[in-house]
Amino acid sequence: MTARTMAKALNEGLRKAMEDDPKVLIMGEDVGKLGGVFRVTDGLQKDFGEDRVIDTPLAESGIIGTAVGLAMRGYRPVCEIQFDGFVFPGFDQIVSQVAKMYNRSAGLVKMPITIRIPFGGGIGAVEHHSESPEAYFAHTAGLKVVACSNPSDAYWMIQQSISSDDPVIFFEPKRRYHAAKSEIDPEPYPLHQARVVRPGRDVTLLAYGPMVAMALESAAAAAEDGQELEVIDLRSISPLDMPTVLESVGRTGRLIVVHEAPHSFGVGAEIAARVQEQAFYSLEAPVLRVSGFDTPYPPSRLENEWLPNIDRILDAVDQSLGY
Amino acid sequence: MTEHVRAVHPEPDMVQLLTPEGQRVEHPDYPLEITDDEIAALYRDLVLVRRIDTEAIALQRQGELGLWASLLGQEAAQVGAGRALKKHDMAFPTYREHGVAWCRDVDPLALLGLFRGTNLGGFSPHEHNFNNYTIVIGAQTLHAAGYAMGVVRDGAVGTGDPERDTAVLAFFGDGASSQGDVNESFVFAAAGNLPVVFFCQNNQWAISEPVTTQSRVPLYKRASGFGFPGMRIDGNDVLASLAVTRKALNDARNAQGPTLIEAFTYRMNPHTTNDDTRRYRLGSEAETWKLKDPIARVKAYLLREANVGTEFFAELEQESKKLAEHVRAGCRALPNPTPESVFQNVYVDAPDELLKQRGEFVDFVSSIEEVNA
Repeated sequence: MTARTMAKALNEGLRKAMEDDPKVLIMGEDVGKLGGVFRVTDGLQKDFGEDRVIDTPLAESGIIGTAVGLAMRGYRPVCEIQFDGFVFPGFDQIVSQVAKMYNRSAGLVKMPITIRIPFGGGIGAVEHHSESPEAYFAHTAGLKVVACSNPSDAYWMIQQSISSDDPVIFFEPKRRYHAAKSEIDPEPYPLHQARVVRPGRDVTLLAYGPMVAMALESAAAAAEDGQELEVIDLRSISPLDMPTVLESVGRTGRLIVVHEAPHSFGVGAEIAARVQEQAFYSLEAPVLRVSGFDTPYPPSRLENEWLPNIDRILDAVDQSLGY
Repeated sequence: MTEHVRAVHPEPDMVQLLTPEGQRVEHPDYPLEITDDEIAALYRDLVLVRRIDTEAIALQRQGELGLWASLLGQEAAQVGAGRALKKHDMAFPTYREHGVAWCRDVDPLALLGLFRGTNLGGFSPHEHNFNNYTIVIGAQTLHAAGYAMGVVRDGAVGTGDPERDTAVLAFFGDGASSQGDVNESFVFAAAGNLPVVFFCQNNQWAISEPVTTQSRVPLYKRASGFGFPGMRIDGNDVLASLAVTRKALNDARNAQGPTLIEAFTYRMNPHTTNDDTRRYRLGSEAETWKLKDPIARVKAYLLREANVGTEFFAELEQESKKLAEHVRAGCRALPNPTPESVFQNVYVDAPDELLKQRGEFVDFVSSIEEVNA
């Protein structure tokens, strides 16, 4: 195997899924001839044809709503939402139809739909191109929500999501698309299982998507000061893999959740709630959150300060250890 | 109010094959070969569908249903369209298509659970090729377009094989015509030349809002802007609905692309049993529409022109009574949802957290029941 970028790994994962199952379709804006604005679907229309890699009209609700109908007809649509902030025109179809159809039909109509969303900031983009809307979807019964953080997971998780009979919102950290190359693991890891990506004993850093790399960098920096931070890549936001989190917190007694999404009512809040419910006596310090702020996403000249960075993470580590 | 009253007068280009007085008339574009027995069968549909509606309203009044969305006045539009479908065609209803459900062999009882609060769907969309009711206004038109995309990809359109070629019928109303989803479904259908027929029942009122709140042009004319044909039919004429929908579905199956049909009709009852029409429309308007009743004209035709004996009407009355009893007794017998059922079918592969919540909720409810017992 050769090392590849996350964008290339996703491309290969999509290709494999399309080869394995003729019912898999890709649909979205500019996914065909152009290969997607991030080139994740590069070359797929050429090889699989316009009927399977569909350049849709510019209508996100239309993309999701027609995917619902395609799923009813026995297809497995993979929808690309071009940027995180553009998912909201399709929000109603996702929340009211994709998420609920299986339940409404008493289990008779499945919605094996994957909705790919490039998310997060750090690329100097304009408004609506840097958001982290994962909590909206994790809050919705009927949806599963995952985020990949590296090329190998991207390759395997996209295939696992496509083969899932439950709808999956698949978040791709756009700043990592072309960031670093790595090998693909020979075997997939369970889709909804978190993974300890750096062992440590002092504080647990919990991250997903783009913040996993940031957490690892922070842990490397902390190691120079003699602090051993454990880093968990959450991978699955809904459902949450609490056993892996609780096992880690049981050892470290300290937990910091890192996400780009705004501070309040988010994934960090949910994890903090569950950890205090399920591991109250293991905790040596309150669960802390390092996150974006409860503001609209800032103009990009401010994003490196607004987003969690090494300094803010290490400051939280000091706070946690200070209890 | 006067402008609303004016809106009830049909345009001259409205397709009509049976006048309100029960006279068969011909239309050059929609020749309809139909026997009197077939018209009698449509009459039976209309009568029984209205009976279901009448019983459901009564059940709501008795507290057996939380709500009911009456189709009174729209029976002809729905039965005509429903009977134009082939078994393997697919239809996507709103929440008022009880007449289409009847034509798709959905037991009326299966419709009541949603309104009684015992389930959210009640029947198999795949078995009947009729989707569960969709309550979000217009959302189902996109599902229909997507389903039609699947039909195209299955090679089930334009083959000339009547058992294979498939059309999709999407229902919506005049209010929904303003929704983004409906307009997006028009775009997808036009761009993909999809085998979908959009059937708009313009019943003149979206709860309290008249059509003039939705559109400055007749709704069927919207189609031309999207690049496919649109036409208006007398929505109270079951023969017009049958003929025009049949033609549009045939065109769809033959890879001729989408059609918009505007069935010009009237919602004789309030929007739902919770609505009060006195706040927004004149009673005289409904009186005008009563003269165009979709059932009376068929009966007039059968009595005057067809060789249908009084026995037919007597037997139908008996059948209607039996159906009413089935609906009344069956409604009361619909099983209540169990505490654990709400956790079922949320996911194909349920997460542990959900199973934990289910266990706790079920245990808690049963412990309370034990205490109360």
